[in-house]
Amino acid sequence: MAVTSASKPAAPPALNRDQLLELYYYMRLTRSLEERLVNLYRQTKVVGGLFRSLGQEADAVGSAYALDRSRGDVLSPLIRNLGSMLVQGATPLEILRQYMAKGDSPTRGRELNIHFGDTVRGFIGQISHLGDMVPVMAGVTLSFKLRREERVGLVYVGDGATSTGAFHEGINFAAVQRCPLVVIVENNGYAYSTPTTKQTACTSFKDKAVGYGIPGVRADGNDVVATYQVTKEAVDRARRGEGVTLVELMTYRRKGHAEHDNQSYVPPGEIQRWSSENDPVDRYIKILTESEGVSAAELQRLDARVVAEIDQATDQAEASPAPEPLDALAGIYADPPATPALWYREGVRSAVDQHERAQGWGTHDG
Amino acid sequence: MAESTYLEAIRQGLFEEMERDPNVLCLGEDIGAYGGAFKVTEGLQARFGERRVIDTPLSEAAIVGAAAGAAHMGLRPVCEMQFIDFISCAYDMLTNYVATARYRAFLPCPMVVRGPSGGYVRGGPFHSQNPEAAFLHTPGLKIVYPATASDAKGLLKAAIRDDDCVLFFEHKYLYRRIKEELPPGDHVVPIGKARLAREGRDLSIITYAATVWKALEAAEQLEREDGLSVEVLDLRSLLPMDDEAIVATVKKTNRVLIVHEDTVTGGVAGEITARINDLAFEWLDAPVKRVAAHDVPLPYAPQLEDFVLPQTGDIVRAARWLAAY
Repeated sequence: MAVTSASKPAAPPALNRDQLLELYYYMRLTRSLEERLVNLYRQTKVVGGLFRSLGQEADAVGSAYALDRSRGDVLSPLIRNLGSMLVQGATPLEILRQYMAKGDSPTRGRELNIHFGDTVRGFIGQISHLGDMVPVMAGVTLSFKLRREERVGLVYVGDGATSTGAFHEGINFAAVQRCPLVVIVENNGYAYSTPTTKQTACTSFKDKAVGYGIPGVRADGNDVVATYQVTKEAVDRARRGEGVTLVELMTYRRKGHAEHDNQSYVPPGEIQRWSSENDPVDRYIKILTESEGVSAAELQRLDARVVAEIDQATDQAEASPAPEPLDALAGIYADPPATPALWYREGVRSAVDQHERAQGWGTHDG
Repeated sequence: MAESTYLEAIRQGLFEEMERDPNVLCLGEDIGAYGGAFKVTEGLQARFGERRVIDTPLSEAAIVGAAAGAAHMGLRPVCEMQFIDFISCAYDMLTNYVATARYRAFLPCPMVVRGPSGGYVRGGPFHSQNPEAAFLHTPGLKIVYPATASDAKGLLKAAIRDDDCVLFFEHKYLYRRIKEELPPGDHVVPIGKARLAREGRDLSIITYAATVWKALEAAEQLEREDGLSVEVLDLRSLLPMDDEAIVATVKKTNRVLIVHEDTVTGGVAGEITARINDLAFEWLDAPVKRVAAHDVPLPYAPQLEDFVLPQTGDIVRAARWLAAY
């Protein structure tokens, strides 16, 4: 596929210098945190799979930055939106504990990687069934509409998820109800090994918007400011009560589906080309230093802050306890609070008691 | 006080809960101005408006998914499946998203999915299903299936107030065929408690939904013709299941016949049998037996449907065999 390198004018008036640097901070934090996770993965301290967003940091950070946290906006990330979650207030410590399956992780060891949420900070944990978060976010934003709250929702799907029934049902439902929802299609070229040409006969995912009677727009997802701008317009539109927008962000997945994936299906040279010509962090550094008067020293200070934060979080996460096994049985329902351990499980006396020989032998006088 | 049908009882439950709690809303296909395919929601939109009684696109997965999202934000959605057969279109949403939300993400999902279920109505394979067994295997969901008008109202109110997702199966054969005077006031039936529909000494029939009435007919016939005293336990809730009530009736009669309308293989009766085996094996004087539908998609023609589904005569024959064991 072609490398998209067209960049929009540098800074929109809406973003001041501090905000521009904050965008850089979150992109750097995303990349460095994932690099730390790779180290921990190789040390087998990440007990499950590891999903990278290398090369996609701009689209995750820029789009989430368009939400207004002070108004209670909510997003639902996809597996390659670590950056979006960090913008919404997820911490490196939470991410590390999740990947390392710690007992004090946000899901207490129940779910993997970045599958967790917090309705207060405004992100809702995804599930692995792609497309399912679109109907869920339709409902989240329906509640905003019904309660006349000026809040906006943002949901991410990949190119693959647009092929699911849930995507179609959810975006159509939200469009009909004019929910204040922004649907971002991150077009990163591949769904696992499947290229977009095998995913859709459309030339562009934004064209799908026509079928739902909503605007569809497309932007360079490797340009963090362009990503912010296009998402901000859709967010503002949603907040004005004008309904759903589909935003297609063009980017490229430089790593495999997960850390184990050797990317044998990628044409030779493609990854290298994106890496050298269209890295979103490199591009943004160029804009900051050449057009925004940011010095290399300022960026280095931010890089050092990121490293210090990740180092501290790693130490804390490594010291975190493993989950208590019995906690596996708690909280399936509000009531009852836990399910009992099965009778054969060693050391769980109460369950065994129930299975001891009953008094009497099953007659009417028993 | 006037009598109410099973259908009217459900409608009353919806009205009362929507009056009581402004967070309750209804979502479904054709439920608003039209009042629903069976008119369960008739009058609801006129009373509560289009914001709280929402006509949706033909999208069961979106209805359930959107309800989950709204529930996370503090609303209490009640979804109607036009026929419960179509709940399979939302199976992924219910089992993967909704059922796991509290456990994996501490996200409350207080919502109800309700709809007309069951056969004996010449509805054919896609308007007659009993999908309860497909969900019994999913931790995180609750399942109720009332047999009486009073329980339909009381369990619906409990389901709407429950902090987790409750699947509320309504038997369409019973909609307009049974009626009773409903208890006055705020009538709530707790989820997870069975109801002793008839007391007996010789044999227990454990059942739920429409076959409760067939079991009661059979019990009368067995008393009249055989002098047998048959107990009928109406489970009302399938998840959680009232183990105490099941064990109590086993200890009392020592002979158990489980009756349900759903197909026999992999049906709820198998689970009940396993629980009796676990909890009350030594109290049995005979093997636990099942009367259920044959393992076929439910056919349309009366001669075929009646053959496939369990009938009162089947229960009588099975009970006689069991009593003589």
